[in-house]
Amino acid sequence: MTNHQSAYFEFLCHFGDNALILGHRLSEWCGHAPSLEEDIALANTALDLMGEAQLWLGLASDVEGHNRTADDLAMHRDVWDFRNFLLTEQPNGDFGQTIMRQYLFDAWHVPTLTALTSSIEKSIVEIAQKTVKEARYHLSRSRDIVIGLGDGTIESRKRMQSALELLFPYVGEFFTSDSVEQQMVKEGVLSNLDNLRKSYFEEINKTFSSATLTLPNIQFSQKGGKTGKQHSEHLGHILNQMQWLSRAYPDANW
Amino acid sequence: MTLSNASDMIAEDQISSTEWPLWEIFIRGQQGISHRHVGSLHAPDAKTAIQSARDVYTRRSEGVSIWVVESQQITASSPSDKGPLYEPSKSKIYRHPTFFDIPDKVGAM
Repeated sequence: MTNHQSAYFEFLCHFGDNALILGHRLSEWCGHAPSLEEDIALANTALDLMGEAQLWLGLASDVEGHNRTADDLAMHRDVWDFRNFLLTEQPNGDFGQTIMRQYLFDAWHVPTLTALTSSIEKSIVEIAQKTVKEARYHLSRSRDIVIGLGDGTIESRKRMQSALELLFPYVGEFFTSDSVEQQMVKEGVLSNLDNLRKSYFEEINKTFSSATLTLPNIQFSQKGGKTGKQHSEHLGHILNQMQWLSRAYPDANW
Repeated sequence: MTLSNASDMIAEDQISSTEWPLWEIFIRGQQGISHRHVGSLHAPDAKTAIQSARDVYTRRSEGVSIWVVESQQITASSPSDKGPLYEPSKSKIYRHPTFFDIPDKVGAM
């Protein structure tokens, strides 16, 4: 692969893996959510993300040109090949923790996909235009629930505040840039994301103020998912469950 | 507000019911056709009811518009009034517009 190809491939895997891993995490709720309505809504979100993963990984497989399909990329790579944010692989915890993780992700997902709608790569624009609509809906739902539970009962607020404190250290990774991303910006594949951090914090500050939650005052952030250098121990367990069938029965068909 | 204001908040035992109210869901399938009752669901408020209705009832592109109404806001006729309410019209078949042909181009009526 040329330098361009391999950076482009990793870039696409980053988007595909975020959607794949978070989608898988959400699917773990299927049949266990606190109400039937939430169960269906969470499963819908999981399916939206799985669909998005399929599009990004499909494009990644075209770019790579090694006859590895989107399914191969999802099912036959190991932990160090994954490029998802550490946030997306964190355990579900209680419902509040899952919704907090979703909100922190959605608030990044929407502006990033919006930025990708003006990429110079036509195939990226097509995927971004389709998925940003779903992401906007996810954001509006997760934001409402964060506000509802934060500004809810003493117990629900306590749980949302601890979820925020637990997950906030994973937000910093959204704004780390690496050589892959810099190259994509230089080539016009990704538009400049300089304003992303500012608009992200405007969004979450507004929500947390309505939700009567306090943003933890920490500068430290966990990193290593986007580059694949240091995933948390959770990813291995996810892959174990997600990939075993396709590894044990390589010819299995639907 | 910070966590120190927790005393301002509603304690669990002060909430009279922990059950969300029931909402009736109406979906309009396409432009020009009226909303149709499709079912009901539980939600804490109207906005959430619309969002849940979107997830529960429009997953297969069934709708272009959603109405929700709290079930307790609906006043229904009583089944025991069936006689006086509906029987009298049964003998008045001339009220049915079946004695003339409707041109095809009129469409759904």
